[in-house]
Amino acid sequence: MATYQLTVNGQRKQVNVDPSTPLLWVLREDLKMTGTKYGCGISACGACTVHLNGVATRSCVVPVSLVGDRPIVTIEGVGNDPVGRVVQNAWVAKDVVQCGYCQSGQIMSAVALLRATPKPTDENIEESMGGNLCRCATYVRIREAIKNASQKLK
Amino acid sequence: MFVNRRLLLKAFLLILAVVAAGMGLTAHGPVEGGTSRTTVADGLAAWADVYSVLISPRCINCHTATNYPQQGDDRHRHFANVIRGRGGRGVPGLVCLSCHQDQNADSTGVPGGPGWHLAPLSMKWQDTNDLPLSSAEVCRAVTDRSKNENMDGRALLKHHEEAALVLWAWNPGRRPDGTMRTMPPLTHAQFVAATRTWVEAGTPCPPAK
Repeated sequence: MATYQLTVNGQRKQVNVDPSTPLLWVLREDLKMTGTKYGCGISACGACTVHLNGVATRSCVVPVSLVGDRPIVTIEGVGNDPVGRVVQNAWVAKDVVQCGYCQSGQIMSAVALLRATPKPTDENIEESMGGNLCRCATYVRIREAIKNASQKLK
Repeated sequence: MFVNRRLLLKAFLLILAVVAAGMGLTAHGPVEGGTSRTTVADGLAAWADVYSVLISPRCINCHTATNYPQQGDDRHRHFANVIRGRGGRGVPGLVCLSCHQDQNADSTGVPGGPGWHLAPLSMKWQDTNDLPLSSAEVCRAVTDRSKNENMDGRALLKHHEEAALVLWAWNPGRRPDGTMRTMPPLTHAQFVAATRTWVEAGTPCPPAK
């Protein structure tokens, strides 16, 4: 076991965990932040996506020992960011969610896309969101919501 | 008698150079500080060793000709719809660093190293069907300074000796099932020694078939 000081959504958190513990489980089990979801556990589905120093990161495969002092933003905090807020509003406006399990990861990836490419093409969206799976197949509404958010971003 | 021997040696080297040129071999001058006694034949033999490493999965999986990397010893397409993206670093929602940290994550089986990324397309070592290019083709790509980020022989040697992602091939970490990833067929020391011999011989390339 080891003690780590993490910055999650702007707040300092201390955890005492095994160094090999994936960040996902530190968030969910130790910090009780269950918005970030466990999907596949091998970084193949994107449900566990958080932002690590602004980079969309698959938290299920990143051991907490490798996080260092990089700030973490989760679905619980991304609405505090102007782009994140616009994306969440677009998700509501376009009624994207069906079962909702993958959607926190979808939103985190969409925010990363729009930060890097505020006016994405369909190809940009397909490529950037291609690693986030949705068993309900809400892909068309996800694309519409990203375009909606893009229009609202200056 | 001594003069005759020197004349014979010069004649032999001249014939060797003519034969090499006739075979389509290419070679550049030896590196500064290298030994001029390293022959083209030595260099070609050393290149064969270098090539055996370059086409090993730990190296060639990130020297693709396509818009995706490969993974595994069977060199299958990287899962999760990973895309090459700008600069070979992925696309915004899924960059290489989304999973690959600056060191191996043995507990989750994800390899890592500083600045994990794909080699540029100019440094592709396979075709678009994911088959390795020939020894001659890879050699020409590696020695073409318009494709290799302007590296001369000395820079290539330094790259093989010190580049973090090159060194990773000999510290590739564990697979998700906990077993160790396979390493290239030579040790890093052997790889560097072969590169040095090849560079000292003037980076000769075998003839294209």
